[in-house]
Amino acid sequence: MTNPILDINNLVVSVGKKPGGPKIIDGISVQVHQGETLCLVGESGSGKSVTSLTTMGLLPKGTLVPTSGSVKLVGEEILTATDRRLRQLRATQMAMIFQEPMTALNPVVHVGRQIDEVLRAHTDLDARTRKKRILDMMEQVRLPQVERIFASYPHRLSGGQRQRIMIAMALVLEPKLLIADEPTTALDVTTQKQILTLIRDLQRDHGTAVLFITHDMGVVAEIADRVAVMRQGRLVETGTLDSILRNPTMEYTRNLLSAVPSLVPRAARPETKEPVVLEANELSKVYKERAFFGKGREVVAADKVTLTLRKGRTLGIVGESGSGKSTVARCIVRLIDPTSGGVRLAGREISDISRRLLQPHRQKIQIVFQDPYRSLNPRVTVGESIAEGPINYGVSHADAMKRARELLELVGLPADAVSRYPHQFSGGQRQRIAIARALALDPDVLVADEAVSALDVSVQAQVLELLHEIQKRLGIAILFITHDLRVAAQICDEVVVMQHGRVVEQGPAAEVLTHPQEAYTRALLEAAPGRGWDFANFRPVSEGVAASV
Amino acid sequence: MLGYLIRRVLAAVPVMGVVALFVFLLLRLTPGDPAAILAGDNATPERLERIRASLGLNEPLVVQFITWVGKLLHGDLGTSLISNLPVMKMIGQRVEPSISIALSTIILAVIVAVPLGVIAAWKHGTWIDRFVMGLSVLGFSVPVFVVGYVLIEVFAIDLRWVPVQGFKSISTGFGAFFERIILPTCALSFIYIALIARMTRAAMLDVLGEDYVRTARAKGINEVAVMMRHALRNAAVPVITVIGTGFALLISGVVVTESVFNIPGIGRLTVDAVLARDYPVIQAMILLTSLIYVVVNLLIDVAYTLLDPRIRY
Repeated sequence: MTNPILDINNLVVSVGKKPGGPKIIDGISVQVHQGETLCLVGESGSGKSVTSLTTMGLLPKGTLVPTSGSVKLVGEEILTATDRRLRQLRATQMAMIFQEPMTALNPVVHVGRQIDEVLRAHTDLDARTRKKRILDMMEQVRLPQVERIFASYPHRLSGGQRQRIMIAMALVLEPKLLIADEPTTALDVTTQKQILTLIRDLQRDHGTAVLFITHDMGVVAEIADRVAVMRQGRLVETGTLDSILRNPTMEYTRNLLSAVPSLVPRAARPETKEPVVLEANELSKVYKERAFFGKGREVVAADKVTLTLRKGRTLGIVGESGSGKSTVARCIVRLIDPTSGGVRLAGREISDISRRLLQPHRQKIQIVFQDPYRSLNPRVTVGESIAEGPINYGVSHADAMKRARELLELVGLPADAVSRYPHQFSGGQRQRIAIARALALDPDVLVADEAVSALDVSVQAQVLELLHEIQKRLGIAILFITHDLRVAAQICDEVVVMQHGRVVEQGPAAEVLTHPQEAYTRALLEAAPGRGWDFANFRPVSEGVAASV
Repeated sequence: MLGYLIRRVLAAVPVMGVVALFVFLLLRLTPGDPAAILAGDNATPERLERIRASLGLNEPLVVQFITWVGKLLHGDLGTSLISNLPVMKMIGQRVEPSISIALSTIILAVIVAVPLGVIAAWKHGTWIDRFVMGLSVLGFSVPVFVVGYVLIEVFAIDLRWVPVQGFKSISTGFGAFFERIILPTCALSFIYIALIARMTRAAMLDVLGEDYVRTARAKGINEVAVMMRHALRNAAVPVITVIGTGFALLISGVVVTESVFNIPGIGRLTVDAVLARDYPVIQAMILLTSLIYVVVNLLIDVAYTLLDPRIRY
């Protein structure tokens, strides 16, 4: 076999310069060869990003220090290289693209100039040659109207376009190694699919070695040649894509794969004749941008959305970013006021009553937000956060705290957690707390706005299970907003597919997600990464179908 | 851009209108007869009547206001009660020293403080950072008159490099102007260096944690380019705000420095006018100061849009 482009051997990265500090990376060895994509997979805190930053020499100085092992790039040791040498190697031999295309580009510099900087730093080309090369590269990453985009600021471009700019910037000098750190995590599925294809094609054309970091098994199935699974700074196992997905040898890998929600919808629950608890009727929200002089602009965020939710059922709203799914959720909870249309909560119209009159109805509908790290007040104990709602509705402090303890146990946390603060909990635990907080008011409807999207798959599976349990015990109705079709397939009875503020398709989940009628729904399903794999059963979907026939 | 400028200037008009109304009412709504206030303690009845007539105090309030604003727009700010000179002329004489010192102070402060702040943020947590921050605490805590007298003692009295006090207009020659302005500039800039350096450091530290700075480093460009091209420009908005408000403060509020260095600026004019209850001068100073703040704020906002393309108008 040829010599590897990247050879990481027994790498240890510790906190602080002193020996004996906690090890963030503990003895990692991986190799990436020319033209090959190695996927580094792991949940948050597994050390995959630290591995990539070590390779680039971009670790925060003084706080994280490689203490032993070696990282060789085409035979050259990186760990002992001077800062000057590292700068020379970056962009020419190794380049990196990052997770957040929204923030990875300098907002105040034209994107063309940002790519140009690479050429100016590493080549002696004159301005015209440089520009020609940049435009050529921009075409290679399939950007439209390259001249116009060249002179645009990042905020004028979409997320996908920005990520293409990042890729153009990374590959313009044809580096031997490309490190891609969750490059599609922040993108919509359809854009994600395009970017993954682009990386694949460019890699084939240029023979680049790719170290691809992701937490998403679906993405792994799409792009990897080989897979390295990481957990808590250690390498769990490595192998070819097929062997890892079919025959994982380690318990952890098996669990990780089993936790990936299947795209095949769960068995449909029988239709019920339970009462309707929530109805939205032709709900619309129009944002008007008022101008000082001249005409304002109108943005229709939600356009005549109609939906019904019965007691004990789960209705999913799925769509990409900007589809209006969160706007609908917020209108229904009356966090924002709908422009027109109606919302009936337990038979009572609430879309146009005043804030004061709304107060008694608020407790019937509660919401859980996406980011468990920011949706709890960090200065208030968990118990007080949960008890605040009931206290507002006249429950005594002692009773509310007692209820808070019960609720914490209901969501699988110890009752004595009431006196602790949010930072003492992990993301998954915090989301459990947020659910307990929402349940404290005994709502009829629970709105979960991307409530599991920020969580690792194993934690995600647990939280989904928890929601399912709670629904069975309390008969609560759940409005579940998600961009993730896999999650929707596992928890929803009915789904509503939204695009550009409109409902494209709605119906039973099993129906919509297996036999979509609309082109957009089909496109969404086709873009879902790893749709060919049935991860939990360690086989491709096609084999599963064959086996069940 | 031009449209934005025009809109902003137009938006400043009501602000100045409210200030003018306030200034106008200041005299009219003070308890007692404005004429008596203006005339002072030993006024004769004839003098009072004359003042009343000249101010049009017998007219309705609205008419008085319109006449007063009309005069204002023609540059007539009234006559000083103490010196009997037109207020416009008095201020005109005092504006050059004040603006010169404010400008030179801000320029010196920016030249010294911004690089200090950038270096401190770049070398965050090292002795360089601590040294710069130490200097900044010193700059905040030593009163300006102490710095002023120490500078005079060392450079004017012991070394005899520059004159002790006074001010010469730039029209009399740059040398004479410069040697008199250098010490007050240094004394005043102390606190502004401290302030701007701190602000720059804080803003830079924020920006250095941003993803695009990591991207810039991943490109393999050198650290100076990372700092200047990517970090500093993004950190500039809060720094510009401090520089702008600092400048406005400097024009109107440097009484102590003007006293220490015996400079005939508008700070001292204001204090003298307040002590002597010279109402027309006080009114004019309030108007002028407000105007300076409005203009500076306008410039700051324009600077924002130039620095950050995301800020739209």
